[in-house]
Amino acid sequence: MRRHLGALVLVGPLALFVALFFLWPLATVMTQAVADSTVGQALPATSGAAPDWDRQSPPPEELKAALVEDLRNLDNRQLFGDIVRRLNSVQPGFRTLMGRTMTAISRADGPVDLSSVDRRWDDPVYWRAIVGVLAPYTDRHLLAALDLERDGAGAIVPIPAGESANRTILLRTFWVAAVVTVACAVIGLPYAMLVASVGGWLRQILLAAILLPLWTSLLVRTAAWYILLQDRGLINDALRSVGLIDAPLPLLFNRAGVVIAMTHVLLPLMVLPIYSVLVAIPKNLMPAAASLGAPPLRAFLRILLPLSFRGLLSGSLLVFMTAIGYYITPALIGGPQDQMISSIIAFYATGSANWGMAAALGVLLLAATMVLYIVYGWLSTDRTARA
Amino acid sequence: MPGRDSYRTVFPVQPRIRFHCVSKSFGSLSVIDDLSLDIAAGEFVSLLGPSGSGKTTILMILAGFEAPTSGEVLLDGRRIDHLPPYRRDMGVVFQDYALFPHMTVAENIAFPLKMRGIGRAEAAAKVARVLDMVQMGSMRDRRPSQLSGGQKQRVALARALVFEPSVVLMDEPLAALDKQLREQMQLDIRDLHRRLGLTVVFVTHDQSEALTMSDRIAVFNRGRVEQIGTPREIYDRPATRFVADFIGETNLVEGVVRDRDGGCAVVGLARGGSLSVAAANGLAAGQRVLVSIRPERIALGRERPAGPNTLRARIVDTVYQGDHLRVLLDDGAFGFVVRMDRRATEWPEGAEVVASVDPADCWVIPL
Repeated sequence: MRRHLGALVLVGPLALFVALFFLWPLATVMTQAVADSTVGQALPATSGAAPDWDRQSPPPEELKAALVEDLRNLDNRQLFGDIVRRLNSVQPGFRTLMGRTMTAISRADGPVDLSSVDRRWDDPVYWRAIVGVLAPYTDRHLLAALDLERDGAGAIVPIPAGESANRTILLRTFWVAAVVTVACAVIGLPYAMLVASVGGWLRQILLAAILLPLWTSLLVRTAAWYILLQDRGLINDALRSVGLIDAPLPLLFNRAGVVIAMTHVLLPLMVLPIYSVLVAIPKNLMPAAASLGAPPLRAFLRILLPLSFRGLLSGSLLVFMTAIGYYITPALIGGPQDQMISSIIAFYATGSANWGMAAALGVLLLAATMVLYIVYGWLSTDRTARA
Repeated sequence: MPGRDSYRTVFPVQPRIRFHCVSKSFGSLSVIDDLSLDIAAGEFVSLLGPSGSGKTTILMILAGFEAPTSGEVLLDGRRIDHLPPYRRDMGVVFQDYALFPHMTVAENIAFPLKMRGIGRAEAAAKVARVLDMVQMGSMRDRRPSQLSGGQKQRVALARALVFEPSVVLMDEPLAALDKQLREQMQLDIRDLHRRLGLTVVFVTHDQSEALTMSDRIAVFNRGRVEQIGTPREIYDRPATRFVADFIGETNLVEGVVRDRDGGCAVVGLARGGSLSVAAANGLAAGQRVLVSIRPERIALGRERPAGPNTLRARIVDTVYQGDHLRVLLDDGAFGFVVRMDRRATEWPEGAEVVASVDPADCWVIPL
C-alpha cells in the first residue's frame, strides 16, 4: 500500500502535466467547436424564462415579456443582425417579424403586447426557433467545417458552391499526406533494408544520415529546401549545368516542392519503424528460403516483405498522421493552391478570431487521426493474434 | 590422410557428394584446410568436432551460403560450388529451425513446393504425407510461435524433406532440445533416414549423437579431418590422440615400441613398466606411440590372472553412477579410470587390486 502511494506520488508531476497541458486544452478546443453562447448571452432574460415553457402550448406571457425586455436592452446592432440571421435561417419570416417588433419596442416605453404587434408571435413555431438558438451547443461549426449547414427544416444540406472551400482543402490535405506517405514508403523501405543488412560503422553512418534531419529544427530544414528548390537554386542549377533541362523546373510555391520537402522531413518516421522490425527478423530466414529454392527476389517478396509489413504499416501511419497536421512546410514552400488544413485553422484562429471554426476544423483533424489510429490498432492486433 | 586415400576404394561408384581439396579461409584465418571427402548416396555422415573446428563451414559451403576459397564440390559428379543455394536441391535444417513466422505449419512446408511450381493439389498431398511422417498432422494450421521446440524441429525437418532433395543437411538441429526429446528425435531421424534412403550430412558437436545416428563420422579439428570412419572404427580404433580424447573417455599412456613378436608388440612406457598390445601393421621397433585403453575394457580382480598386462594398484576413488561404477586407480596403474558393471564388487578406497587388459583392447596410435 505504501509502495503504491510512493509510485503515485512519483507519477504525480506527469499526471499533472498531462492534465494541464494536454487534456484541458483538448477539452477546451472540443468545447469551442460546439459551444455557441452568443445568443444566450445577448438574451439573458429569455434564456432564464425558456426552460419553464413546454414548447407545445401557446407561449406564456412571462416569456414574451422577457424577450421584449432583452430586445429593449440590446443596443448592439451588429449582434442583433446576427441573431436575426440565425433565426431566419431556422425559420423564414423572422426578418420581417423582428424588424416590426423592434420598431414597436423602440416606440413604446412600457410593456409591449407582442400578439398585437404581429399575430405570428402566438405561433409556437417561432418561439421554438428562438429557444433553439438559445441552446449553448450547436453543430453549426462542425457542419461548416465540412461545407454543410442546416436549412430551415433542420435538415443537413451542402452550402452553396463557391462560399467555402473547407472540403476541398480537407481532401487536398489527405491527398498530399497520402502522396508523401507513398513517397516515404518507396524511399524508406529499401533504405531501411539497406541499413538492416549492413553492419558496423556503415550502419551507424546510414542511421545517422536518417536521424540527423530529425535532430535539426523543422524551420531550418524547410528554409534549406526553400534555398535548394528555387529557380536559381542548387537543384535547378545542377540540372541545367548537366544539360538535362533548358528552363528551370518550377519547384517552389507548388505541389512538387511541398511533397519533396515534406517527404524529406518525414522520412525518418518511416525508416525507423521498418528498421526496428527488420533487425528483429531472424538472420537465417533468407538463407532458409534460398535453400528451399527461392531466388532472391521471390524470397524477398515472400519472406522479407510480408515480415516488414508491420513496420511499413506503422511507419505509413506515423507519416500520414504527422503529414495531415503539417503547417510550416506547405506555408513556406507551397503556393496558394497547396495550403493544407492547418493553414486554414491558423487563419480562423489568428486571422479572423473565429475560434468556433478553428476548433471545429481541429476536431475534424483529430477525429481523422483517431480513426486511423484505431484502424492501425485493429490491423496490428489482428496480425499478432494470428502470428 | 585416410579420407583422401580411401575414397576410391570405398566408393567404386560415383559418390553423391565429393569434396575435392576444398579450402576456405577468411582473410588470413584458415577455416578449412584441404578437405577431401566423399559421401555416398543414402549415407548418413556426421561432421563431428568442437566449435570452431570448421564443420559448420563445410555445411555452409555445401549448401551454397559460403564459397570455397579453392577446391571443388561435386554433386553426382556435377560441380556445384558456383551454384547459388536456391539451385542446389539440398534440404537444410537450421539450428534454430528458421521457420517463417508469418506462415502456418502447412504453408511453411508447402513453401519449397511453391518455389518449384508444383500444383496446389499435388503440393497439398505431399504436405499431408510429410506431416504424417513427422507425426505433426494435427498441427498443420498452427503458427510456428504456437509450437514447442520439438514440434518446430519436426516442422523444419518436414520442410527440408518435402521436396525430396538429393541431400539433407542438418546443422546441429537437436542442440536446443532437452535430453529426452533429443534422444527421441535422434531415433526418429535415423528411422526416417533408413526408411526414405536419405543422404544426410549432419553437423554436431555431441559425440554420442554422432555415434547413435551415423553410418560414418568425420571428426574435425582445426579445419582438418582427423579421421573418417564408421562409429565402431572411430571409437575402437581412433587414428589420432584428438579423436581418442574427443570420442568417449579413454586412458592414454605414452611409450616406445620395444619389440614385435608376431601378432603382439611390447610397448615400454615412459612412466615405467610395459604393456603388450595387439600389433597393428606398420608398427616398428623404436617408434613412439600412444596406447589408448577404454575404461570399460579394464578388468579388476584380487588375484593376478594368467596372461600379460597385469598391474597392481590401489583404489583411489569409486563413484556410483547409476548404470555403472567409475573406479579411479593410483599410479600403480597409471591413474587409469575403470568403468565397471554396477553389479561388480564394490572395492573400498585403498583396497589393493590387480588391473588387467587384453592386448587386443590396447589400441596403439603412432605419434
